[in-house]
Amino acid sequence: MTTRLATASRAAWLTCLAGIIRREGLRWLGQRGRFLSALVRPLLWLVVFAAGFHFVLGVSIIPPYRTYIPYEVYIAPGLIGMVQLFASMQSALSMVYDREMGSMRLLLVSPFPRWFLLTGKLFAGVAVSIVQVYIFLAIAWFWDIRPPAIGYLCVLPALILAGLMLGALGLLLSSLIRQLENFAGVMNFVIFPMFFTSSALYPLWRMQEASLTLWRAAEANPFTHAVELIRFALYVRIAPLSALVVCAYLAIFLAGAIFFYDPGRGLLARRLGPGME
Amino acid sequence: MKPALLALACLLLASRPAFAYRIFVSNEKDNTITVLDGETLNIVQTVDVGARPRGIVLSKDGKSLYICTSDADHIEVLDLATLTVNRVLPAYKDPEFMALSNDGNTLYVANENNSQVSVLDIPQGRIVSEIPVGVEPEGMAVSPDGKTVVCTSETTSMVHFIDVATHTVTASVLVGTRPRFAVFTKDGDRVWASSEVAGTVAIIDAHSHKILHTIHFSLPEVPKAAIQAVGINITADGKTAFVDLGPANRVAVIDTDTLAVKKYLLVGQRVWHGAFSPDQSLLFVANGVSNDMSVIDVKALEVTQSVPVGQAPWGIAVAP
Repeated sequence: MTTRLATASRAAWLTCLAGIIRREGLRWLGQRGRFLSALVRPLLWLVVFAAGFHFVLGVSIIPPYRTYIPYEVYIAPGLIGMVQLFASMQSALSMVYDREMGSMRLLLVSPFPRWFLLTGKLFAGVAVSIVQVYIFLAIAWFWDIRPPAIGYLCVLPALILAGLMLGALGLLLSSLIRQLENFAGVMNFVIFPMFFTSSALYPLWRMQEASLTLWRAAEANPFTHAVELIRFALYVRIAPLSALVVCAYLAIFLAGAIFFYDPGRGLLARRLGPGME
Repeated sequence: MKPALLALACLLLASRPAFAYRIFVSNEKDNTITVLDGETLNIVQTVDVGARPRGIVLSKDGKSLYICTSDADHIEVLDLATLTVNRVLPAYKDPEFMALSNDGNTLYVANENNSQVSVLDIPQGRIVSEIPVGVEPEGMAVSPDGKTVVCTSETTSMVHFIDVATHTVTASVLVGTRPRFAVFTKDGDRVWASSEVAGTVAIIDAHSHKILHTIHFSLPEVPKAAIQAVGINITADGKTAFVDLGPANRVAVIDTDTLAVKKYLLVGQRVWHGAFSPDQSLLFVANGVSNDMSVIDVKALEVTQSVPVGQAPWGIAVAP
């Protein structure tokens, strides 16, 4: 394998990456239902859920905001996070599907190292999620979610970082899931708790007033930091602590994913052992 | 790289030229005037003044600020060079708001608990005349030609037109309940008067004294009773008017041609009065309950920032 790898030129690496991204993009475009649901979900939250709380948050100023904001404006970065969270779980779901259908084996027998293939998958998922976020932001503009023009550019690195972190979490989870039907459980036990115990829906100080335990959970929640990173970047500010926390979680999740996907060491080996195929 | 450069260029173009000015906010509850730097919006100094400062007016030479210290029953003069009160002018009970004559020598003061407007000669430092008006006078304005003064009386719900030459009320116009503020348009043909309880703005013909139009406000998310129109600021080009809606926590933007509300801007709680920056690019409004001042970008019609000031900010003035 190493000899084959040595002969592979840089172009071959790129071809491989492009292939992975292209496949992910085609899959996204091909599944119209998935495309629509990814768009409709945050818009429902914005238009219906946020409408009921329109006046609630117009009472205090929290950074990065410099003045009073309606609830829709507060919830928007949380919904961007939601788009990325669902996108990452969706690509994790597709990895489980690939594994069950056998196309994952096809990918893993390529001459490229496992870490490269997995991060390639990860980048492909992030690219798709970022396209979804910008479509959401374009529609949200009509609901008066209008961050400064330069904020649309500044949010890009935050989206990449947050997307990678959430994607790595998805990869890790998909490596631990045995079968497709278990994924519904992951939705309930991972996605919803992560979303609700974060700063996506209410500022952390509100949570601190209500329950200290909940507040601590929200502080430790990687999704909180992903949302805050996006929120600050959208308003051309940097959230250094959140950036650090997101990077740390990314490293942990990615290392875990690479470890568990290794047939020589991880769970996959045990599952795909000689007796099973 | 290219979008980054473009964004940088946009930022440079958007930034305003350096133009030093100061903002003065009267804080009704802690008896101070907060002085802010117009550029940085940082508090430069907090000046102690008499009890319950409310209406504040800049002198014509821009060197002093006249302050209605309502509970001290007089008017204090703040020297803007030293930021100290260097003179006290007489007033009757509870002066709340005032207007300065065009030559800068006379103050027309609404004495809330005295049902009269007092005419104060500034150089002499004495009240030269008293004009009886309706109950609880508050809003005061001088016409651009200097010949007419208007006064709103809150309890009588009237706008009184006072002839400056004779110091007599020549006409009284019944408007919506509890009128608190009035302002002339630049051409002197109209008077805009806001009514707090009615939540309306009446536009009155300054010559025939007839109400030409009444502006109503409606915000689905705000109870009707909370919409209380107070301060009004009209841009120098006369095209846009900003009406402060008190506990509705909104400033209404009005197109003066169509007299339609273009937009409602979310600001702090209980917005009272406002003042433009010297270049008219910004409007500053004082929020009485949230103890801060909101900054409105006049061109973009957006609230860009809210900065804390003293307790219960009420009046606001800008000095170049």
